Amino acid sequence: MKLAYWMYSGPAHIGTLRVATSFQNVHAIMHAPLGDDYFNVMRSMLERKRDFTPVTASVVDRHVLARGSQEKVIENIKRKDKEETPDLVILTPTCTSSILQEDLQNFVNRASQNTEADVLLADVNHYRVNELQAADRTLEQIVKFYIEKFEKENSIKKIKTSNPSVNILGPCNLSFHLQHDIAELKRLLKDLGIQVNCIIPEGASINDLKLIPQAWFNIVPYREVGLATAKLLQNVYNMPYTKICPIGVIDTANFIHEIEEILANFNYQKNFQDYIDIQTRFVSQSAWFSRSIDCQNLCGKTAVVFGDSTHASAITKILSKEMGVHVLLSGTYCKHDEIWFKKSVSDHCDNVLITDDHNLIANMIASLEPSAIFGTQMERHIGKRLNIPCGVISAPVHIQNFPLSYRPFLCYEGSNQIADLIYNSFTLGMEDHLLEIFGGHDTTQIGIEQFYNHQKDGLTWNDEAKNELNRTPGFVRNKIKRSIEKFATKNNINIITLEVMYNAKELGET
Amino acid sequence: MLKTPNLNKSSTKFECETGNYHTFCPISCVAWLYQKIEDSFFLVIGTKTCGYFLQNALGVMIFAEPRYAMAELEEADISAHLSDYLELKRLCNLIKKDRNPSVIFWIGTCTTEIIKMDLEGIAPKLEAELGIPIIVARANGLDYAFTQGEDTVLSSLVNSNNIKTKQLNINNQIPKQNLILFGSIPNNVVNELTFELKNFGVDVYGWLPAQRYTEIPLIKENDFVCGINPYLSRTATTLMRRVKCNLIGAPFPIGPDGTRAWIEKICSVFNKETPLLKEKEQNCWKKLSPYLSIIKGKSVFFMGDNLLEISLARFLIRAGMIVYEIGVPYLDKRYQGAELLLLERTCLELNVFLPLIVEKPDNYNQLERIKDLHPDLVITGMAHANPLEARGINTKWSVEFTFSQIHGFNNSKNILDLICRPLSRKTNLQSLGWENYSAHA
Repeated sequence: MKLAYWMYSGPAHIGTLRVATSFQNVHAIMHAPLGDDYFNVMRSMLERKRDFTPVTASVVDRHVLARGSQEKVIENIKRKDKEETPDLVILTPTCTSSILQEDLQNFVNRASQNTEADVLLADVNHYRVNELQAADRTLEQIVKFYIEKFEKENSIKKIKTSNPSVNILGPCNLSFHLQHDIAELKRLLKDLGIQVNCIIPEGASINDLKLIPQAWFNIVPYREVGLATAKLLQNVYNMPYTKICPIGVIDTANFIHEIEEILANFNYQKNFQDYIDIQTRFVSQSAWFSRSIDCQNLCGKTAVVFGDSTHASAITKILSKEMGVHVLLSGTYCKHDEIWFKKSVSDHCDNVLITDDHNLIANMIASLEPSAIFGTQMERHIGKRLNIPCGVISAPVHIQNFPLSYRPFLCYEGSNQIADLIYNSFTLGMEDHLLEIFGGHDTTQIGIEQFYNHQKDGLTWNDEAKNELNRTPGFVRNKIKRSIEKFATKNNINIITLEVMYNAKELGET
Repeated sequence: MLKTPNLNKSSTKFECETGNYHTFCPISCVAWLYQKIEDSFFLVIGTKTCGYFLQNALGVMIFAEPRYAMAELEEADISAHLSDYLELKRLCNLIKKDRNPSVIFWIGTCTTEIIKMDLEGIAPKLEAELGIPIIVARANGLDYAFTQGEDTVLSSLVNSNNIKTKQLNINNQIPKQNLILFGSIPNNVVNELTFELKNFGVDVYGWLPAQRYTEIPLIKENDFVCGINPYLSRTATTLMRRVKCNLIGAPFPIGPDGTRAWIEKICSVFNKETPLLKEKEQNCWKKLSPYLSIIKGKSVFFMGDNLLEISLARFLIRAGMIVYEIGVPYLDKRYQGAELLLLERTCLELNVFLPLIVEKPDNYNQLERIKDLHPDLVITGMAHANPLEARGINTKWSVEFTFSQIHGFNNSKNILDLICRPLSRKTNLQSLGWENYSAHA
């Protein structure tokens, strides 16, 4: 048992559901008790999705415990097949079904004999993998299932496109700034004269999977989801894939060079150097920003970075290589990616931390006292407690990190966004610091003193009433106090008691 | 599948569907109970799934060092490689050291049910060793929905032998038959309701739960008890069967009509007159009149997820709305008997049809019925709210009713505030002309 109240990555089934619901016309059925369909709320709230989340639960209740869930699961699969006519139904195990140890694969086999849809059992173990690993595996599992199926049908398109083209692997819903990143990546590829063949799974239909091998190579924008699929496709179709994530001007350039190399192996010679130069110097503002006086002031400032492995490593490198910020600590909660993470950041920070214990990070931040933090929502709140500014650079995030406006993290526009984020975090910290030195804002003080000194002649509050008043939220307390005193004066009452308060509330206008 | 209901004026019709509906997991009750019982600590014994739900459902609350935590079960716990007793002892020792609570609640989950972890057996042993009362409540998704979590916690409180006695007033002799109200509501609402009854000469001896565990009243045989929330049927049963209390079956103090009926019923038990109560109710309605003009004649559909539905529907019908369907996770017709009667009476008096009550609803079927009926307002969970809005159907998030102050005369306006917000927003946006935002509708 582990005492915990915060986790960086969710349970395995969330990863499976993220991948399943990113496809078009794929329905997931969770084998879970009532209340476990919380994923629907997250997708509907955080991403403000306009359509019903294609996830239903096959509810595990007492009857299921007594009789087994066989008939129920099969019935639910058949029902969804009729109601929604999906291409694929994914039966998703949860922690509960893991313990029940029913033969879910058998249910899937039986159900699929009576359905138009294909039926798959997500091959994830709740106790062995987390959300991100499960998403990676589920995507690989679906792609594998369909390329095998389509190979048998001979319906797969194997002839490469005449112009260079790519598949983008891994983008799925509830990812950090995903929609903006895809748009930015597409823009870059268009500039490079490369067409996008498929994006999988976000927005893809099952039939799109037939087209996979006609792309020249694959792009995996984030390490967390899509790598397994990229490796599978390398083995099966000998498709190369990119290993660099284009975050920050340096790594965007490296990413473009990586593409250059892959294209060269197809005997397609391209030189993108001029493009990189112009983008870096004139389109992106971030490289110029690094040169500017503003950024000079950031030199040697200290920071702590924490997040998923893709974002934490990228931001660490931007801070240290592009902005001259001293990264005291760089860490990730992706424990399964420890080796890669260490290798990629160890030259750019003093210490590397691999953990999913938020208390440990809080303690490290408290003892290192950086001038800014770049992390998840949890680090933002740690920063609030310690009065250290924080820029949010990675999931898990709140609704405010699903912005309506264009906020990519990838490629050249992404580098501008990140520069703003970094600069704003540090200057805010500076501003606070200066205010403190010069005595702070004094307006809040004025309000408070007025509140406590404000005492109508001949009016007293008894203790009970005072306590009750103190329990009201601070921002309305003054208003409530005034209106109760008004009521008391009007009714010639000298001592304000609980009774007076309630009468005031009922008869007065509070 | 239920078809769109025919108008029915004779008697309440009950249906039961498949139980395939969206609701919060009952462990969510820790969110409001840890805030209510100030010296408590809630330990939810479950998996990452439970933790993830709490973390997301409670939003920013999680960052405020809440007095609850997960005892996250790992593979070794499931396969019994580790001793439950030793593991819980280790964690509870930590909690005692860090927070020193007056009571620890163990919230059992689906997982502890399935692996049959003997929480009720381990608790007394650990309680003796730690010197802190431990109360076990099985608030799991196998058996319960959302607010029923509070019901399991309160009934465990009644069941536990640990309820401490604290005489509220040492000088007065304790009357023979005390009145104890049960249900967790914010302290200022507690004071308001206590005060309402006091006005008519009825003293409330105590509340279950109280603000602190150490202040929970002694409840004894023959005491009168009355619930203030519709989802506390298990607590009511425990009070009647275990402690042998007299349950006052009243409608719930939600809305001016419900509050008046609640006070009247309690006062009638104690033979107290209720002068000017009617005027008080009318006065309250008068103050609500700006809202009433907005909602009059508008139709509502409750998809059902928090068991407040019947009381809310009854209030909204009295306020002039048309209710098509009341979805409800679970209905105890005995505990909610007085409320159901008041609903029937309200419909009869206003000469409107009785809404269909659908227990264990099927959300998919409900969406079909909503499509047919096109109600002015659907009260539903967050999973359906945005998709319905995108299809031009107004929604109100049902969970807000659980977290708002809705009891008593004064708080009736909070309910109508919530109801009116989407309705007036629609009026504001209507002139823009864009109603349908769904690509697939």
